[in-house]
Amino acid sequence: MEQFKGKIAFGGIAIGPVRTIGSSHQMVRRTRVEDVTQELKRFSDAKECAIEELKALYEKALPQVGEEHAAIFEVHQMMLDDADYCEAIEHMIASQQVNAEFAVATTGDNFAEMFASMDDDYMRARSADVKDISERVIRILCGVHESTDGDQHPAIILADDLAPSETIQLDRKSVLAFVTREGSVNSHTAILARMMNIPALVATPAGEVTDGTLAIVDGKQGLFITDPDGETREKYEKLLAAEQEQRKLLATLKGRESVTKSGRKIHLYANIGGVSDVAAVLENDAEGIGLFRSEFLYLQNNDYPTEEEQFSAYRRVLEMMAGKRVIIRTMDIGADKKIDYFNLDEEENPALGYRAIRICLDRQEIFRTQLRALYRASIYGRLAVMIPMIASRWEVVEVKRIMAEVRSELDAQEIPYGEIELGVMIETPAAVMIADELAQEVQFFSIGTNDLTQYTLAIDRQNNKLDRYYDAHHPAVLKMIKMVVDAAHEAGIWAGICGELGADTELTRTFVEMGVDELSVAPGMVLPIRKGILEAE
Amino acid sequence: MKTFDHVVKDELGIHARPAGILAKEAKNYQSKVTMKKGDKEVDLTRLMAVMALGVKQGEKVTVSVEGPDEDSACAALKKFFEEQV
Repeated sequence: MEQFKGKIAFGGIAIGPVRTIGSSHQMVRRTRVEDVTQELKRFSDAKECAIEELKALYEKALPQVGEEHAAIFEVHQMMLDDADYCEAIEHMIASQQVNAEFAVATTGDNFAEMFASMDDDYMRARSADVKDISERVIRILCGVHESTDGDQHPAIILADDLAPSETIQLDRKSVLAFVTREGSVNSHTAILARMMNIPALVATPAGEVTDGTLAIVDGKQGLFITDPDGETREKYEKLLAAEQEQRKLLATLKGRESVTKSGRKIHLYANIGGVSDVAAVLENDAEGIGLFRSEFLYLQNNDYPTEEEQFSAYRRVLEMMAGKRVIIRTMDIGADKKIDYFNLDEEENPALGYRAIRICLDRQEIFRTQLRALYRASIYGRLAVMIPMIASRWEVVEVKRIMAEVRSELDAQEIPYGEIELGVMIETPAAVMIADELAQEVQFFSIGTNDLTQYTLAIDRQNNKLDRYYDAHHPAVLKMIKMVVDAAHEAGIWAGICGELGADTELTRTFVEMGVDELSVAPGMVLPIRKGILEAE
Repeated sequence: MKTFDHVVKDELGIHARPAGILAKEAKNYQSKVTMKKGDKEVDLTRLMAVMALGVKQGEKVTVSVEGPDEDSACAALKKFFEEQV
């Protein structure tokens, strides 16, 4: 048994024989041509032929991966037709009297090099696209027909790298997973794998593997295991069965309302960490977004994200959710989420320290920028905003004052904005005890059970010596949730749960009985929880 | 010559696909259309060159249009940029 760790392009489990795909890279010899005009014509014919092939590929990809992702093959057509690229090739043929194959290979390498040296991961990955189109033209020039993937047994495909066009040409039914030794998670191949729902690993340092060797792809942990021992194999067969079960569940529960047997509607939302997660939200049929962690905008940047950057991310999510409720949590930086440019001091007790709203109320310019972006985005959908780490009523009062100031600022500049529903996260025992007072200030509560449990049980979750004392179902926490829900209903507002406990299927029934109005869970947990709701009274 | 500035909104910047649609759009006009980022300027119909500029979200580009249909081309392109990138 051997095990290799790769980067995850798409999750999921696969077990099956390996099929290796050799590089389509062709050795090209430099030869001298006498008839330059003829050679130029050979190139232009091959280019036209390549464009025709790409048109056909686009048509093939369209029903499989959708317009947005199939578009790469349109872009490939345009790249082939690019004036700089073609002129470079033609110039080389004419001035050096070389064969078209050599001119295309050299020019392709030069352009690929140019993209490979860019400082942006996404653009760097484009060098694979340039190589892909160049290989296509060379293959046509060499008179080799495109290899098609005929009747093959389902297998795990192992290759150095797969060009997008190779990925799409593989017959979906014969592919259990992709593993590539090179490649990046930003490559179009990785994106296509995600759209085709095929487990995929890239940058996996696997050596030579004989075709037919039994292997496992664990897309959750990024592992590629060859020749698994009996125990490992058994473990993964169970996981695979569970995954298939989940898929079946998905099919039957999609499109259904989350209603209890007695007819009470529970809002079942999903948690996301960025714009790209929205696809999973829609895929799993969540009814809204219950927690959009806005930290990602700060974590992925080297400086404070601008109002414009934030606005465009929020707007995009609102537009994609098309009128469904989207709850964005204002930035929760600090504690375990440290960012260099915030210049935060080292702390003895970061979990009890300078974080979230405490930073926002101190460094108001950061908070105001975020609020402006949120207000401006609010006209594109149904936006709710919630404030993390609230412990006192005055904090909420101050937040509301700042929000009012931001609104007058926008009014003065005649910038339109819409209604924002305001809520607070209940994650400190203090907030639980004064929930009745907080309920006077806001329109909803969302209980963050991870922090609430940590603060209530006085257990640092990072310390694994404390595991035996950490009880996620501790009665103290469950009583607190009940108190919060009661206080909310007393004041006529709603209360939900967005922490990990919300996704605990053992507790769904309990939460429904407590009167919880909303549950927000990881996209993959939406349907299992819906099942629990449908079965509850 | 007509020009306008545009701040790129697309999360990934002017990546492969938007560069493709910009190049396609620019070919619809008689005027010569160029796009400038910093001190680098490229012909907008040249897809690879546009991609190689590596324009990211939040960055400003200046688009210049010069030719017989520059008025209408500039207006149409401005709208196109606002909607697409």
